[in-house]
Amino acid sequence: MNKRIDVHHVTRVEGHGNIVVEIENGELKTCRFEVVETPRFFEAMLLGRPYQEASHITSRICGICATGHATASLRASEKALGVELSEQSWLLRKLTFHGEILDSHVLHVYMLVAPDFLGVGSVIPLAQTHPEIVMRALRMKKLAGDLCAMVTGRHTHPIAMVVGGFTHFPKMSELEAMHRRLIDSRRDVEATVELFSKLPWPEFERDTEYVSLSKPDEYAFIDGEIVTSDGVRVPPERYKEVTNEFMVPYSTAKFTRNKRESLMVGALARFNNNYDLLHPKAKEAAAVLGMKPKVTNTFLNSAAQVVEIVHSIEDSIRIVEELLSRGIQPEEPAPVKHMPGEGVGVAEVPRGLLIHHYAIGEDGRITAANCIIPTNQNINNLEHDMRAWVPKVMHKPEQEMRLDLEMLVRAYDPCISCSVHVLKIQR
Amino acid sequence: MSANGKPKIAFFDFTSCEGCQLTVIDSLQDHPELLNAVEIVQFREAMSEKGEDYQIAFIEGSCTRQSDEARLKAIREQADIVVALGACAHLAGVNALKSLHPLEEVRKYVYGDKWDWYETYDARPIEAVIPVDFAIPGCPIDRNEFIAVVKALLLGKKPPIPDYPVCVECRLKENICMYTKGKVCLGPVTRAGCGAICPTYGSSCEACRGFISNPNQDSIKDVLAEAGLSVEEIINIYTMFTTYQVREKLLQKG
Repeated sequence: MNKRIDVHHVTRVEGHGNIVVEIENGELKTCRFEVVETPRFFEAMLLGRPYQEASHITSRICGICATGHATASLRASEKALGVELSEQSWLLRKLTFHGEILDSHVLHVYMLVAPDFLGVGSVIPLAQTHPEIVMRALRMKKLAGDLCAMVTGRHTHPIAMVVGGFTHFPKMSELEAMHRRLIDSRRDVEATVELFSKLPWPEFERDTEYVSLSKPDEYAFIDGEIVTSDGVRVPPERYKEVTNEFMVPYSTAKFTRNKRESLMVGALARFNNNYDLLHPKAKEAAAVLGMKPKVTNTFLNSAAQVVEIVHSIEDSIRIVEELLSRGIQPEEPAPVKHMPGEGVGVAEVPRGLLIHHYAIGEDGRITAANCIIPTNQNINNLEHDMRAWVPKVMHKPEQEMRLDLEMLVRAYDPCISCSVHVLKIQR
Repeated sequence: MSANGKPKIAFFDFTSCEGCQLTVIDSLQDHPELLNAVEIVQFREAMSEKGEDYQIAFIEGSCTRQSDEARLKAIREQADIVVALGACAHLAGVNALKSLHPLEEVRKYVYGDKWDWYETYDARPIEAVIPVDFAIPGCPIDRNEFIAVVKALLLGKKPPIPDYPVCVECRLKENICMYTKGKVCLGPVTRAGCGAICPTYGSSCEACRGFISNPNQDSIKDVLAEAGLSVEEIINIYTMFTTYQVREKLLQKG
């Protein structure tokens, strides 16, 4: 049996990537995920720029996780310069971060993943056949975007977040209205869990090293230690010990691995490592979806995103209630304590662990920058999954096999625009 | 036109964050009727269906490598109307920041000893490669402006993009002027249409929508001089989104 699958530009993912699989005499010869996005050179763009601009520049790495990049960027500068955020700033940072998790997860599970299970090429035909699903997705996405906009002006690209705090504050009336909408959205969230619990997820198991942030008292999205399911625990400053980057001859992609041949970041890794700290309603949703850690079916990364949708809605309600009870105080950003400095900012953006590492000179300009992107960390694991997945599906007609491979890629929710500062294929 | 009489439109992306296409998806939240007025035949980020027959092409992203020029030219060949979608396509935007350093240094900084494996050249707006009929400015685009432009194109009209400065919209919002707060702001020379969203949320205008056609250069010079800002601060803000335009201007002057 000879087969060649060549998906040139996988659709319904962020950015440009290709799948290349070659089977000769029934044996898997080639199995690659090629990243063909143009390189963008963001780390070099930061050189010589004032630290105050860094979050505005790096949010432009990605339209989907713009708030995540801005957050990691601000944390890197804040750590470098000894800036301590106020309690109110922390609440607002976390709230807008939930907005982005919701926006990105809803986009992924409804608009990019669900069409595969409903037998259509995109969400557009679903508007005719399943209007209630499409309207629900749009309603939830609008809520997420409005939540971000209330705090920072807009989701892509946030405006009001600066080193030390915020330059704009939501009004109490806006918080009250948002609270009502979040409570009302529980109905949509329940329907979402219901819908995704009925999807026929492909059967596939491949254990790997799951890597995420971890905090003792909350399901970590901003700050925390880097932990892995193989028992590693390091502070963010020692990130290079986990995200060992290495090169492969056919690709200029920098791959990562730690204890094993590959590692995985993202919703499934967070779910596996931090399950205990999920909101009780999110744990209930996990039970409905049939998930309990450790989950080793990569396709269920999308289901883990559904669990996080529940968590982020519930935690947003808690934060908004806290803000309503303490009241909003407009305040100046917290001061810079020292300069120069060096700092590492970490965040669990929708697709996994994101690291920004800056050195800032005496004049406040950036002298060195490094960004480690979730999708980069996942591509090596994706290829190992593909190698395990192909033998299970290679007997199928080519069209079906192609779809099976594309679905595996989509399960990772890859964000290729993000990843290209270090990724490109040499042909 | 498709058999049902709807114009066929397609979305393409080059070097960008794809945030403008996401904004297009977001605009459907409030305007689902758009899907009844047009037929989208290509939108890789959102759909697997793919058609090569289209009248209106929306292009997001800058051109940052020679090998992308052929794809741009093919799109121009097919489309009756080409629209630059957002700052990267319209201005080269943040992608042009790398032009502030020697290109070889930039490549080595990011890719080390493999620096020459990756094709790249100075980022440019798509207008530097193919003729462009209209631009929807902004980083990201404004979703209401996107809808307004599509409506105008469907009616065969010129899209309603303002040619007056952001200050006009900022005054209407009753914001405190950023200069009063001691900050440099490019509102006086930047094209409006964003509702002055950055000053409204406490941040200076960084000219992501590009300059108006007749900016009052003397007046902005006076404003900047009176504000007592350093040349460095002024250069910084002028090179956030408009490095390409500033460089072109300097090159023209010699």
